[in-house]
Amino acid sequence: MDNPRYLLAIGTKKGLWLATSRDRREWELSDPQFLMQEIPSIGIDTREGRTRLLVGVRSEHFGPTVVHSDDLGQTWTEPERASIAFAEGDDAAVERIWQILPDTEDRPGVVWAGVQPISVWKSTDGGESFELNRALWEHPDKGDWGAGYGGAAAHSIVPDRKDAELVHIAMSTGGVYRSRDGGESWERASKGISAYFLPDPEPEMGQCVHKIAADVDGRLYAQNHRGVFRSDDQGERWVSIAEGLPADFGFVMLTHPRRAGTAWVIPLVSDYERIAPDGHLAVHRTDDAGETWKKFDGGLPERDFNVVLRDAAAVDGGDPVGVYFGTRGGSVYASGDEGESFVEVASRLPDVLCVRAAELW
Amino acid sequence: MTLVLPTVLAEVAGGRTEFALTGVSSVRAALDNVGESYPILARRLRDERGQLRRYVNVYVDGDDVRRREGLDTAVGEGQEILVIQSVAGG
Repeated sequence: MDNPRYLLAIGTKKGLWLATSRDRREWELSDPQFLMQEIPSIGIDTREGRTRLLVGVRSEHFGPTVVHSDDLGQTWTEPERASIAFAEGDDAAVERIWQILPDTEDRPGVVWAGVQPISVWKSTDGGESFELNRALWEHPDKGDWGAGYGGAAAHSIVPDRKDAELVHIAMSTGGVYRSRDGGESWERASKGISAYFLPDPEPEMGQCVHKIAADVDGRLYAQNHRGVFRSDDQGERWVSIAEGLPADFGFVMLTHPRRAGTAWVIPLVSDYERIAPDGHLAVHRTDDAGETWKKFDGGLPERDFNVVLRDAAAVDGGDPVGVYFGTRGGSVYASGDEGESFVEVASRLPDVLCVRAAELW
Repeated sequence: MTLVLPTVLAEVAGGRTEFALTGVSSVRAALDNVGESYPILARRLRDERGQLRRYVNVYVDGDDVRRREGLDTAVGEGQEILVIQSVAGG
């Protein structure tokens, strides 16, 4: 498509697809790239006057890597030196790159990566090379962190929009951790988040937090393994905001890039029944920080028994904000009206592992 | 001694699938030798710990090096090191 306004990047278990649109209703879908390679993470960096696609690629045979494209996927560059690699003395190897997150507009060049094994990495050159955060890698709690079904990874990284020293991360399992000094040290920040699978149902750490996100005022939201929570004090204490939702299990947590108090979840029945209630996918949105929720399912199928994974949902920066998600059944949906109604962008792709979207102009 | 790569790796090996090597005495040395010129190829075959990736198999004259001395398996003149990706994925 010439001169598209919106870009939607779809990472699947067997390749990357790019979709473009001028109005978020009609979409043009590319042929697959990196066919037969897993795409667990995508970052779209629209800072510094260019659009850079950063993609975590993982070959079952030949391991993980990060590539980038500055021409909307026409050509790709893989640095000769691995962008993300442990040093010789670390006795570890990168297994999968779960998260690639360009930081805010006023921190050009800064890109974060969340990796399996549990680690956080930071780039200051636009994602071409990353440095391991040693304070987290050597954290005294490390021995107690575990692996969720998908693997042990730092899957959420939330740099504060105003305070460059404040960063929250989340891992499964391990919970939420906070740094107030730009990553020099990390402290537990999970109090109030439940962990029914542990002897202490409300521990300080060890929770299986599925995804965290922050709104524009810095309030934090968490979709937990059973439970939906909010923190108004940078993770000191979390409170349940699950009332009004049909179920408190799920993987997705999205927040509005400009409007405080607005967040989206996609509930699943429970950990024992990982499908949408009644087999009917729906997006639930709060506009009052979780006090109330509204269900939206316009344009979504009557029946779909596939789940939406934690990174298989995203918002763009448009006005109104676009909301996107993909399922393990390979369907991808886009909304141009803040999640109230959807159109199908793609169907019958391989399992969708991540989607990211951006307004290009 | 010849190192033979699967075609799928040619794009990170300067378009080549065969390398004639001299002066190397082990599989590790052979992979180090080629990996110096092609660092992306090097990490496709081995992780940061230097271990062969789980689904990369290496044979010396038909013998799986995992059943011999691994990367320390000796190689000499006239022998062939064959790299093959194993069966994996769903």
